[in-house]
Parts: sequence; structure tokens; C-alpha cells
Amino acid sequence: MEIFKAENITKRYATHLALDNVSISVRENSIFGLLGPNGAGKTTLIRMITQITAPDSGNLFFHGQKLVPADTEKIGYLPEERGLYKKMEVGEQALYLAQLKGLSRKDAGTKLKYWFEKFEIQNWWKKKVEELSKGMAQKVQFIVTILHEPELLILDEPFSGFDPINANIVKEEILNLKSKGTTIIFSTHNMASVEELCDDIALINQSQKILDGAVSDIRSAYKNNIWEVSYLSQNGSMLQLPAGFDLLATEEDDGKKVARIKIGNHNSNELLSTLIPHVNIVSFKEEIPAMNDIFIQKVNEMNASKKLVNA
Amino acid sequence: MHKIALIIKREYLTRVKKKSFIIMTILGPLLMGALFVVPIWMATQEDEKTDVLVVDESLLFKNSFTDKDNLKFHIVENMSIKEAEKQLDEEFYSAVLYIPQNIINSNGAEIIFKKQPGFNTMMFIEDAIEKELESMKLAEAGIDKKTLAAAKTDVKLRKSKYESGVKESKNTELSMMVGMLGGVLIYFFIFLYGAQVMRGVIEEKSSRIVEVIMSSVKPFQLMMGKIIGIAMVGLTQFLLWIILTTTIVSAAKGLLGVEKNSLPAPVPMEQTLNGQKSPMQSNLQANQVDGDDMGEIWKSVDKINFPLLIGVFIFYFIGGYLLYGALFAAVGAAVDNEADTQQFMLPITIPLVLSFVMAQFVMNNPEGPMAFWLSIIPFTSPIIMMVRLPFGIPYPYTDLWISMALLVIGFIATTWFAAKIYRTGILMYGKKVTYKELWKWIRYH
Repeated sequence: MEIFKAENITKRYATHLALDNVSISVRENSIFGLLGPNGAGKTTLIRMITQITAPDSGNLFFHGQKLVPADTEKIGYLPEERGLYKKMEVGEQALYLAQLKGLSRKDAGTKLKYWFEKFEIQNWWKKKVEELSKGMAQKVQFIVTILHEPELLILDEPFSGFDPINANIVKEEILNLKSKGTTIIFSTHNMASVEELCDDIALINQSQKILDGAVSDIRSAYKNNIWEVSYLSQNGSMLQLPAGFDLLATEEDDGKKVARIKIGNHNSNELLSTLIPHVNIVSFKEEIPAMNDIFIQKVNEMNASKKLVNA
Repeated sequence: MHKIALIIKREYLTRVKKKSFIIMTILGPLLMGALFVVPIWMATQEDEKTDVLVVDESLLFKNSFTDKDNLKFHIVENMSIKEAEKQLDEEFYSAVLYIPQNIINSNGAEIIFKKQPGFNTMMFIEDAIEKELESMKLAEAGIDKKTLAAAKTDVKLRKSKYESGVKESKNTELSMMVGMLGGVLIYFFIFLYGAQVMRGVIEEKSSRIVEVIMSSVKPFQLMMGKIIGIAMVGLTQFLLWIILTTTIVSAAKGLLGVEKNSLPAPVPMEQTLNGQKSPMQSNLQANQVDGDDMGEIWKSVDKINFPLLIGVFIFYFIGGYLLYGALFAAVGAAVDNEADTQQFMLPITIPLVLSFVMAQFVMNNPEGPMAFWLSIIPFTSPIIMMVRLPFGIPYPYTDLWISMALLVIGFIATTWFAAKIYRTGILMYGKKVTYKELWKWIRYH
């Protein structure tokens, strides 16, 4: 069951097309990665989910119903450009923002107390935001974002500005929220964290969606049938491979040799059986493409074809 | 609605709690109080001991100068002016008055000083010489002083307004003051608090909190919440000012033992009205007629329809602010920082300053076509109608109703217009916005 769905969204600004017929579907209780180069249209799409802007055409659904203003109370949003009132006290400000999300002042107070204790920042309550460091303010903002226990949480580059320790605390908290049933839309350029956290992704480039699906499916779909073999060879000679196997590269690594072999129409067992008579195999594994590579490959492909069309 | 209330509350409380608000609230009435008290205090303190050495070569002024309070005259007849000037070095005399022999023809005397004596002292001396010369000339022409005094006439024109069978007396001077005061208050309120709206919007935009808030409320709610919240700050401040000023002024009056009649304010008014040259003379006259005049003023104070005036004042005070407040908010949203506001401030400032400048022409002809149009057009009506109102609006107040209705429509229109700019501008960064761009935002649905 999807918690959020966007259908054929198009948005045009005065000078350019920000989103071109984009559809995405976010499964309930999943972490959904919204990926794409800068200026691709991610922020525009996020601003539609948070109802800051509206699409020119297309429909947005929340729990199967058309998205309505009251839904903002069930959605939490951490924008990439963080911001708080600099001259306002941390506690008062958190209470205010929580109340704007529909919490009563009393509820907000109780919940804030819990989070301030959990993050060990109780003594910041009376401080003004301008007295906090950037990382401290980020922490406050993260708490404010999740305080009203949104069903759908949108995090735009949530780890930027955090040191590794705090980034890890935030990551733990994201996983914790997921285990409690929260759905998270996660926008980032950090592909390692996409592989680590996301269940599904959508890749947007030049206003269009060019790829979506489960991370595991995408990665296996982009497998090139390349295997990585590390072996010990006595005579140091090159591997001799029969036709149909393609030796891409060989590297020396700590006395071992590591070869990348593309096996066209064959399967892995056939590769093994050709190798076993000649070398001592240490390890043998299939190369699964990194999200980073897929990202670069897809975006470059599209940009190249656009250039062709334009030329 | 609940969210607008939250926004209003935040805007109000954060501002009212600020140190600058508290300081301004206390300092405002002190300044206002000083405006009333200092001139009175100065007037009572002015005369320091002044000894004037009079070198009278004409020998005509032996008995003309009467000593007054701290002002003493020492008349010498056989001292040369050079010698007299040297006396100044001995610090006993603070001035030397030199009356040349031919004064009766030249009408000129000279006062020599190290430190200039006060204005009143100078006037007193001039007056004394003038009187002496006048009476000499009168005697020469054979006119009796009493005859002249009897011939002197002072005509007072009483103004009455005729309206559907009822005659109503008017005091124009008072109307002018009341209207101008209302207009000035509205003018300052719009500028002071409109600018605060603009700064508040810029603050939200530059601190980037606006995107967080936009994910909870509509831009229009945020804009209106801010405008209303700041209006309430302004009203609070004005109210506190009025209370504190009244307290300080009345306390100061009591302390200085100044009575209402001796306030210096009516004196210059009398002068201009009667068109008389010498302040001393008119001062004397003013003192005589003051009782009468004050009675007259109080009578016409009763005639001014205060409930109507105050009601209308509050309407234009708030209406004018709301009309402009939305525009100030739009300017704030269109720019990234305060330095860029200049180009967009001009169209807002012009009608305000214009109405302020035009106010005096309107006072000259409160029922002319300019007064009519400026008091109807929503951008100028808040100030101009306040100036016009005390002169009376013809029954059944058609002009007033049209003007008020147009102000409400104008407010809705500017808010609608501003909301469009606000909505787009508030999330737009790093772009130098032009009028053309703004126009695009307005047409953008």
C-alpha cells in the first residue's frame, strides 16, 4: 500500500519546465530515495508534497486520497537550507513550530522534553538560536521536524552539517522512526547512504523521472555479468581464457592477483571450471554496480542523447 | 484561523518582549513630554542677570527703559561709544546699547555684546525704543495717545457653518490642529510599523525559516499573521505612549506650577492670526483676550463630534496601515536583504509623502476638488480624510462612506496583489528582481 503517490506531475515556471510528467509512488513504511543532480526538480517535487507549491497538472495522493491542506500536519519536512528564527529562544521556537503542525502547547512541551533529554540538550532551552553552533541548530531543527510524529517524513540532505558522531545518531533515529512505522522520503547526493538506507528510489534528471524501483532490483538489473576473481598464481603468467570470456583488468593486491572478467553468454560455473586447473582461487564474487555508478551512467546517457537531439 | 492566531501571537510577543520596544516605549513619552516641558522650563529660566549700558547720544530716552526682572538698564549720556565698549571687558555689563544722535530720523540703534542677549530682551529693547519714538512723533503731529488707542480696532471673524437649517460655529485653527495631529499619527504609524513588517519578512526569508513555516501554513496566513501581529504591537505602543505622555505632562505641569493659560502654544498662533508684528505687543494683547479665546476654543471643542472623529480616526489608522502593510510585506518578499528594498520603496513612499505635503492645501480649501479626490483615493485617504474631517463632511457623510468603502476595497486589492508577490518571492533567492519580474509573479496564477 502506498502512502504517497504523484501522478503525471507537470510544473512550469516562467522560464523553464521544472517537472515534466513525473510520477512517483512511495510505499508505506519504506525509505524512499529521491535522487538527481542539482536543479533536476527534486526540490520542486518536495515542495508539492509539503504543499508549498502546487502542480500545474497532475494529481497528488496521500493515503489514496487527494492531498489536502490538513495533511500538512501528518507530514514533516526538513529542508536542505536549514533555518530557524535567530533571535528566538530554542524552547519557545520549538513549541511554536510544533503548534503550527497542530500539536497543543502542552503535548508539544511533553514531547520536546523527551527529545531534549534523549539528545542531551536540555540546557539549550533558554538559549537563543544565534548562540548555537551550526551543528547544534541542526539538531534542534531535526527534533522540530519529527516532533509531531509525522506519518511521512521528508528529509533533504539530513546528514549535511553533522559530524560523524551526530550523523550516526541521526541515522539511528531515522531507522528507529522507520521501525515505528514512519515513511521517509530521503533526498541526498550521498549514494552510499542511499544503498545503506533506501528501499526504493526515483532518479530525476532534467525535470523527468529516468529511473525508479527497489534499490536491490535496480542494482541487479544493472549488473554487467562481471565477476571478480582473486587468485594466487605461481608463474605470474597472464590468465588464458577461452573465447567468450573477456578479461577486463588484472591488478596485484598483497601477493594476490585480482581479475575482472566479463562472461558473455556463459555462466559463473563455466568460468570457475576454466580457471580451477590453472590457478588457486582465493575469492570469487559477482560485481554489483554501486548506486553511484548507476546514477552517473543514467544521467550521462540521458544528457548525451539530449545533446544528440538538440544537435 | 487557529494558525493565524499562533502567528499573530508570536509576532506580537517576540516584539513586545524586545528590549528596544521597552526602551522606545519609555523614551517616546519622555521625548514627547520634553517637547511640552522644555519650552516652558526654558521660558521660566531664560533671563539671566543682564545689565545693559545705554549710551544715549540723542538724550531722548532718559525714562524710556524700565528695569524688568533680571534686566537692568544703566543710562549714561556723556560717555563715548568707544569707552562704553571697553566696559564690556570688565564683565559687569553684558551689553552696550548705542543710541545715535539722529535716531529720530534713522530709526536705527545698535546693541553690542560679547554674548548675545535673549530674544525677549532684544524685543523688549526694540519695543521700548519704538514706543518712545512713536509717542514723540505722535506728539509732533498733535495726535493724542488716547485718541489713537480708541481708534485701534481688532476685528474677529466668527466662523459658522450652515447645514440644513442648523448653524454651527467652527474654530478653524483647532480643526486644523486636530486634523493634522490625526494625519501625522497615521503617517508615522504606517511608516514605522510598515517598515517592521518588511523587516520581519526579510528576516524570515534570509534565515530560511520560511520554508519550514510554509510547510505548515499558507503564505497568506503567514503574511496576514505578521501584519496583524505588528499592528497590535503598534497599537500597544501608541496606547502606552498616550498613557505615559499624559502622566508625564500632567505631572510636569503640576511640578512647574504652570497653568493652562500660560502655555506658550497659543501665543504664536495669536500672532499669525492677528497679523501683528511685535510679539511683545501681541503678548500683552493675548494675555488680555486669552480668557475669551480659551472659552471660545473650549466651546468649539464641544462642537467637534468626538465620537465620530475618534471612530473615523481608528478606522483610517488601521485601514491605512493594513493597506500599506501588505505592500511592505510584498517588498520584503521580493528582495534578499534590506539594501535592495530602495527601488520598491519609492512607489509606496510617494503617495504617503504626497498626502502629507498636500495636507496643507487641503486645509486651505477643505471642500475643494483636491480635498475631495485625495480623501477618496485609498492611498491618500487615510491622511487626507483625517485632515478634512474636522472641517465637517456634508451630511449624510456621502464622501466619508465612499472613502471608507474604497479603503476597504483598496486594502483587499493591495493584499491580494501583495500576496501574489509574497507567495512567489518568499522562496526566491539570489535573484535581482525587477518590476517586470514582479508583474510576472502577479499574473502567475
